[in-house]
Parts: sequence; structure tokens; C-alpha cells
Amino acid sequence: MPEARQRDRIDRGRAVALIDGNSFYCSCERVFDPRLATVPVIVLSNNDGCAIARTSEAKALGIRMGDPYFKIRDLCRARGVRVFSSNYTLYGDMSGRTNTVYRQFSPQVEIYSIDESFLNLSDVAPGLRVELARDLRATVRAWTGIPTCVGIGPTKTLAKLANHIAKTVPVLGGVCDLTDPAAYTHWLCRIDVAEVWGIGRASLAKLQAMGVESVADLRDLDPRPVRKSLTVVGERIIYELRGAACLPLELVPARRKGCAVTRSFSSRITERAVLEEAVAAHATRLGEKLRREGLGTDHVTVFYHTSEHDRDEPMRSVSTTVQLPEHSSDTLALIKAARHGVARTWREPGERPWRYSKAGIVTNDLVPLSHSPRALIGALDRERSGPLMAAIDACNARWGRGAVVPARAGLVNRRDWNTKFEMRTPRYTTRVGELPVAHA
Amino acid sequence: MHLNRIDGLLVGSPDAVRVPLIGQALCAGFPSPADDFLEGALELPRWLVPNPPATFLWRISGSSMEGAGIYDRDLACVDRSLKAGHGSIVVAAIDGQMSCKRLVIDGNVARLAFCNPDLPAFAVDELGEGVIWGVVRFSIRWHVARGQRA
Repeated sequence: MPEARQRDRIDRGRAVALIDGNSFYCSCERVFDPRLATVPVIVLSNNDGCAIARTSEAKALGIRMGDPYFKIRDLCRARGVRVFSSNYTLYGDMSGRTNTVYRQFSPQVEIYSIDESFLNLSDVAPGLRVELARDLRATVRAWTGIPTCVGIGPTKTLAKLANHIAKTVPVLGGVCDLTDPAAYTHWLCRIDVAEVWGIGRASLAKLQAMGVESVADLRDLDPRPVRKSLTVVGERIIYELRGAACLPLELVPARRKGCAVTRSFSSRITERAVLEEAVAAHATRLGEKLRREGLGTDHVTVFYHTSEHDRDEPMRSVSTTVQLPEHSSDTLALIKAARHGVARTWREPGERPWRYSKAGIVTNDLVPLSHSPRALIGALDRERSGPLMAAIDACNARWGRGAVVPARAGLVNRRDWNTKFEMRTPRYTTRVGELPVAHA
Repeated sequence: MHLNRIDGLLVGSPDAVRVPLIGQALCAGFPSPADDFLEGALELPRWLVPNPPATFLWRISGSSMEGAGIYDRDLACVDRSLKAGHGSIVVAAIDGQMSCKRLVIDGNVARLAFCNPDLPAFAVDELGEGVIWGVVRFSIRWHVARGQRA
């Protein structure tokens, strides 16, 4: 493998850190409520469906990722588990704060997800990386209250692996550095190959059949034949494990190619008026998202369907694409198209109505509006709608989301079908009316 | 990013510069589930808030800090990056409840004190570890009737 060795040499000195919040959503809740510090805490998904974040105390009780809440409700009650709906407003704000702290430690930060970021540490001398990571963890903890773990490696895949090691081996104090050759040699033969980022269940079975058990076993495979069974992704993982970077830091998020707004209803709906209001609300949200990035779409796909859990009831799944005369991000044009999609596909229910559980709007092939071609016939009135949309967006920025909505979309707090967050804590950091209270 | 901020300061008048406490972020990997719920942060002028990611607003409830000029329903701007010392006004967890008190350090004993002559001197003798949440940098008080408050 002379090629691989060469790349090894090229990448020597490169260091990437992956830092993530421990049980991030639960930790956000704990920052503002000291009573949660030592008790098990879980956070539920939309409509309070499943457990999506668990503290170590909750994990110890056997609560798994994705457990439906109705199945663990009794356990939670009996064992004193504190249960919360997702407070995404709070988590988004806390995520922004942690990333602001990260940027003081490295100017190159890729925000990978709401609670994970990659930092470029190549300019930090090898001997100082662990120290810097400890300082970073302590600073984030002190300033934002969020506990974190840091994994450092010559590549993203190794940084992710190092992060896993930092999380699961308490003696490391939350930091693991695989750019240190001794640590690299020590850990790679001790970690199960299943922990490698990007190795799915199907690949895992194939690897096990090939006798691959540890991460080191995978690293030492010849990448070329592997390409046949594990695709180019598997080949790339092997190079990354050898320290040859195949995945660069994405410092600027790629331009959005498609956009979707989909929601499960809080309860099943059967009426056309409610469905129309829901798709109009989704279209409103789609418009906001497109305008934020200066993009436009020339079509919307509207879908709605019954639940796969309602097997013994009439089932129906509808999807239709409505063309717009030209690219647009005008909420009113999007609503018109979305409602047309419903009108075109709505079927009056018979004796046993269809009970719809979810609706959504999807677009693909977004283009920057500033250089999209104009329609010769049926052009939308951009000159008038632009300032109107800008005014609506400005109102919503100033007085809160949903302050101004098209009547078709219904007032936000009258939308009975809206996703439920019944056990949500206050939006402590973004609403003056919901600030945390200190007793004096 | 930092350069832009300085440019902004140079062009506009410093009084007019308002920096949101925190910026919103787009994720490169996973789309953020928080995307549909992001709200503009509570804006405070930058010259009052030197360290936005560590700064939080709290609502005060109660009268025990009137001696320090902090009254019921005032807002406290709490900076978690400030080190608490003798005399600092702090927000701290006391018996599972968040409280605003004055930190008194006497030799190697730290205690939390009320600031109200009608109350006993100390709320907490012998402070444990990690109970101080943050240091109050300043407080905000409305001097108009409640009804007129924006």
C-alpha cells in the first residue's frame, strides 16, 4: 500500500477534535434546574413520542434510545425519572452558545449537528492538544453549564472514535487524543469495529464474516478489495482510520438543495379544513426557510397519509406535485400551490373516514432567486410580494415566530393539530416572560 | 466574523451597536431539529455584555436583596465567566432552589448573605462546592408603573 503510506505522511500533523455535549438535551434542562442534577432525566421527541435523550442515571435504569414513552411511563413514575418534552428553542440557543465558546479555541469550527462540532487543532503542538481540550471542556462547563467530551484524531473518523473512547472510559477525564501514537496503538486494537463512524448493521455483518473484530482489524484490511463489498464508503473509512483524511472540515454549510416541512399531527385529523390549514402552515414555514437563504422553488410536493399504526382502519397515502409558474419563495404563492395539491387529491370520506396522522411539503432543486429565470407568461409579482414577505419576516423576528401569519395558516396558538410539547420547560434564554427565577 | 464586528463598531456610533446574545447556526452534517424553533436571542448592547455565550438573564423574586439595590421582579444579568469573590452578588443553588445572594468570604469560609436589615445575616453558612451558578454583573429595574412596561 505505497499510496496509503504516502497519504499518511502528507497528513501527519493534522488534528481534528470532535466535541459534543453529554446527554445534550438533558444537560440543557439541568443548567436551569438544580433539582435535576442527580436524578434521572429524559427528553422526549415531537408529540412526546419516544425518549431521545437520557442522562447516565436514566440509561442505568434500562431506558434505551427511542423507547416509546407509553412503554416506559410506569417505570419513569416508579423510579422518579424526570420527563420533559423537547424544548428546541432552548437547545438551539445553548448550542449556539457552546459553538461561540469553541470558536475562541479554534477559528475553524464545523457545526456537525446540534450538539457535535469538529474543530481544527492542526496548529496546536501535539503535546498541548490534550491540555487545550481540557481547558475547552472546563470553559464550556463554566460558561454554559454544559458538560462535554472531546476526541482528537488525525481525521474526522478517528476524532469520532476518540470521542467515543473519551465518553466510555471515565479515567480519561473526558478527553482522548488519538494523534498521540501510543494512544492510537493502544486503543485501536481494543475497540469493537461496530463503534466506527459509518459502519452500519449490514457492513458490520460482512466485516464479522471476514473475521474483523477490532478497529485495528478493519484498518489493516486491503482497501481495494473491500470496495467491492463495502463500497467506496468502506474504503474511505479504512484510509481515515490510517490517518489519511478523506473528509475535510465543512466550515460553510453547503447550499440547501431541497427543503421539507413535515409534521405529525398531535391527534388524527379527518376534516379537509384542518388539513388545508396544516399544509398552509407548512407552506408558510417553507417560505420562511427559503427566504432566509435567498432560495426559490418552482414546485411543491404535498403529501398526507394515515398512520401505519392504524392497520385495522382505512389507510390512504397521498402525494402530489404542484408546479408554480416560476421560482418563488412567496408564502402566498406557496400556500396557493399547497392548497391546490389538497384540492386535487382530497376524497370525501365514507362511513369510516380516513384518519390522517401526518402531512408535509417537500421541494427539490432549489435555486438562488437572484439569478433564476423569470417566466414569460404568468410571472409572479415579485416586486410587490418581496417587500410584503420582508415585512412579515421582520415582524416575526421582532415579536416572535408566528406573530404574523396568513389567515389560511391559522393562528399559531389555535392550531389544535400542532405538534404537542406538553411537558416543555420555559424558553429560559429567549423570552423575557419565561426567564428563570432566582429567589431573593 | 470578529473583523466584521469591529468594522461595524467603527462605522456606526458605538451606542447604536446591538449584538444578539447568540447567533444562530446552520449545521453541516445533520439538519438541526431546533431549526423550526429558533428565536432571536434577547438583545443587550454589547458594551454591557462583554461575554455573550456566558451571559443569562434571570428574574428576581423576593425582597431579601433590597440592600444591594435589587428589588422584586427586577432582572439580573448573570455572567457565568466572572469569578465570584468576597462581596459578589451571585445566583446560587440553595436546597434545590435558585437564589440571589451576596457571597461573603471570611478566611477560608464562604457563606451566602441576605442584603436586607430585616433579615438575619446569613442564608447559608459554609457553602458547599459547585453551588454558585453565576455572578450578577448588573440588574435592570423599571421605574415606571407595571402597566406601562413595554
